[in-house]
Amino acid sequence: MRARALLGPVTALVAAVVIALLPLTLSDYHRSTGALVGVFFTAILALDIVTGYTGQISIGHGAFMAVGGYTTAILTHDHGWNDLATLPLALAFGFVAGVIVGLPALRFSGVYLALTTFAVALAVPQIAKNYPDFTGGTEGLALPTHSGTWLYYVAWTVAAVAFVFAWLLLRGRTGRAFRAVRDSEIAAVSSGVSLPFHKTVSFGISAAIAAAAGSVYVLVNNFINPDVFGLQLSLFILIGAVVGGLGSLWGVIVGAAFVELLPIGLTSSSFTSSELVPVIFGAVVIAVMALLPLGAASLLQRLLHFGSQTGESSDVPLGTEGT
Amino acid sequence: MSVRVDRSWIVPALLVAGCIGLVVGSLSSSLFAQQTLSGLANGGIYASLAVALVLIYRATEVINFSQGAIATFTTYIAWQLMDWGLTYWLAFACTLGIAFAGGIALELVAIRPVERRGNVLSVVIASIGLLILVEGAIGYIWGNDIKFMPAPFPAHIYRIGGVAFSRQDIATILIALASVFVLWLLFQFTKLGLAMRAAAVRPEAARLVGIRVSWMLSLGWGLAAMLGAVAGMMAAASPSVLLQPSMMDGILIYAFAAAVLGGLDSAAGAVVGALAIGVTLNLLGSYVSWVTPQLLLPAAFVLMLVVLLVKPSGLFGHTTVRKV
Repeated sequence: MRARALLGPVTALVAAVVIALLPLTLSDYHRSTGALVGVFFTAILALDIVTGYTGQISIGHGAFMAVGGYTTAILTHDHGWNDLATLPLALAFGFVAGVIVGLPALRFSGVYLALTTFAVALAVPQIAKNYPDFTGGTEGLALPTHSGTWLYYVAWTVAAVAFVFAWLLLRGRTGRAFRAVRDSEIAAVSSGVSLPFHKTVSFGISAAIAAAAGSVYVLVNNFINPDVFGLQLSLFILIGAVVGGLGSLWGVIVGAAFVELLPIGLTSSSFTSSELVPVIFGAVVIAVMALLPLGAASLLQRLLHFGSQTGESSDVPLGTEGT
Repeated sequence: MSVRVDRSWIVPALLVAGCIGLVVGSLSSSLFAQQTLSGLANGGIYASLAVALVLIYRATEVINFSQGAIATFTTYIAWQLMDWGLTYWLAFACTLGIAFAGGIALELVAIRPVERRGNVLSVVIASIGLLILVEGAIGYIWGNDIKFMPAPFPAHIYRIGGVAFSRQDIATILIALASVFVLWLLFQFTKLGLAMRAAAVRPEAARLVGIRVSWMLSLGWGLAAMLGAVAGMMAAASPSVLLQPSMMDGILIYAFAAAVLGGLDSAAGAVVGALAIGVTLNLLGSYVSWVTPQLLLPAAFVLMLVVLLVKPSGLFGHTTVRKV
C-alpha cells in the first residue's frame, strides 16, 4: 500500500525530469511548440478544476485566457512592464473575472450554465474588437519576442506551479468540498458545504489559472488580437479536458498533447494533405469519444488498479449522476 | 404556510406588450417598420436552426454544436446542384431529401456509437468533433472562397403606405414559419410524431410499448438536418450573409441564444425567442448609436442572461422543482 502512495509523486517527478530535459533534443521551433503544449496543459488543468472536480461545465475558458492575455499585452505594450511581472496581475484579474462568471452558477445549472459560459467566450473577443484604443482592436498588439527555450521553460514552470497548486488544493478539504458539490449538491449542503462559496471560488481559481495560461499564450505567439481567443480555443480546451479525462490530473497531459500536437503532427506528416487535417482531427475526436467516453485517464486508471479493490471512487465521471 | 404567488401571466403579458410596442412603432415610423420586418426575417432563420437544436436537445439532452456546420454543408449541396443546372426549387427539394438522409447517417455513424457507451458530455464533445469535421470537409470539397447563391425570388420591393418591404424578407419569414409549422403538425397529428415524442419524454416506457427509440433519435437528427438546410438556404439567399464554410457559425450562436431564451425544451419557445432576438438586435443596431455591429452578439447574450436570471428555465421551459 505504501508503494501505491508513492506512485503519484514518483510519476510526477519522472514526468518533470522528462519535460525538463526534452528541449535538449528539440529544435528552437519545436521548443515553442512544446511551450504551447504547456499552455494547453495549464488551461486544461484550469478547466478540470471547475468542470472535472466541481461539476460546473464551462465552455468559456478562452475568455479567461483572453483576460490574462490582454493584461500581459497591454501592460507590456503600453506601460513598459516586464512581461513576467504581469503574471500576478493576470492571475488576479482572472480570479475576479472567474468569480463574476461563476455567480450565474449559483442560479443556473447544467446546460444553461454551460451556454452562459459559452456566451462569455464569444462575447469577450467582440468586446475587445469594439475598443481598439485599449486593446489594439483587430490589428492587435505586438509583444517582445523570446527564444523557444525561454518560452518552453516559462510555459512549463507555470504549468508545474499550477499542477502542484491544484494537486494540493484538490487532495485536501477544499477538493473534497468541490467533489461533494459535483456528486450531489443536496448531500453537500447537508454536510455543511457552502454551495455559493465553493462554486464561485472554484470558478475564480480555475479562471485565474486559465488567465496565467493566456498570458503565456500571447508571449509564445508574441502577438495578440481578439481572434486569438476565438471560439476554437474554448472548444479545444474542452475537447482536451474530456479526451484526457475529467476529474483526473494525470489526464491533463494527454489532453494537452492531443489538442496541440495531433493537428500539428497531421499537418507535417506526409500521408495526408493539409486541407484534410480538420476532417481527420474531428473524426479522431469522435472515435476517441466512442472508444473511451471517460477519456484517457479512465484507461490509465483501469491499468493501474487492475486486480485491486480500491479504485478511486472519487473520480466519478461527469454527467452520469442524476440521469 | 406560504401562499404561492402565481406569476405565470408575466411571460404572456410581456410578449403581448412587446407586440403592441412593435405595431405602434411600425405604424408611426416607416423606418421602424422596415427594421422590424428585416429583424423578423433574421429571426426566422434563427428560428429554424433553434428548433433543430431543441429537437435534438429534447430527445437526448445534447446541445448539438454541429447543427450549423451541417446546415452549411447542405447549403453547399444546394449550390452544387444549381451549379449543375437544376432550378432553385428542384435543388431545394433535393437538398431537403439529402439533408434528411445525411442527418440520419451522421447520427448512426458518429453519434450513436458514442451515445451507447458514453454520457451526455461525451456526446457533446463528439458533436464538436463533428463540427470540426464537417467544416473541414466543406473547405476540402468546395474550397474556402465565397460562393454566390442564386436568389430564390427576383428582387422585388412591396410598398405599403410608404413602407418598403423586400420580398426576400417576407418569403424568409413565411418559409421559416411554414417549416416549423409542418414539423408541429407532424409531431402533433401523426402516429410517427407521437412515437417520437414518447421516445423523447419516456424512452423506457416507449420501448415497452414497442417503439424503436434509437430509430426515433435517428429520425430526429434527420428532421433537424432538414430544418438546418432550410435555415442555411434562407441565410445564403440573404444579401448580408455570404456562402462560405463558416456561414452558419454566427447564426448558430443566435440560435443557441434563442433556444435558451425560449427554454431549450420548447419548440414554440425557440421560435418566439428567435423572433425576439432578431427584432431586438435589428432595432438596437439602428436606433442605439453606441451599439456597434461588434456589440450585437454581446447584446443578444445580455438579453438571454436577463431572461435567465428572472426565469432560469427560459420563457417556456419546464421547471423541475428541487428543494434542499
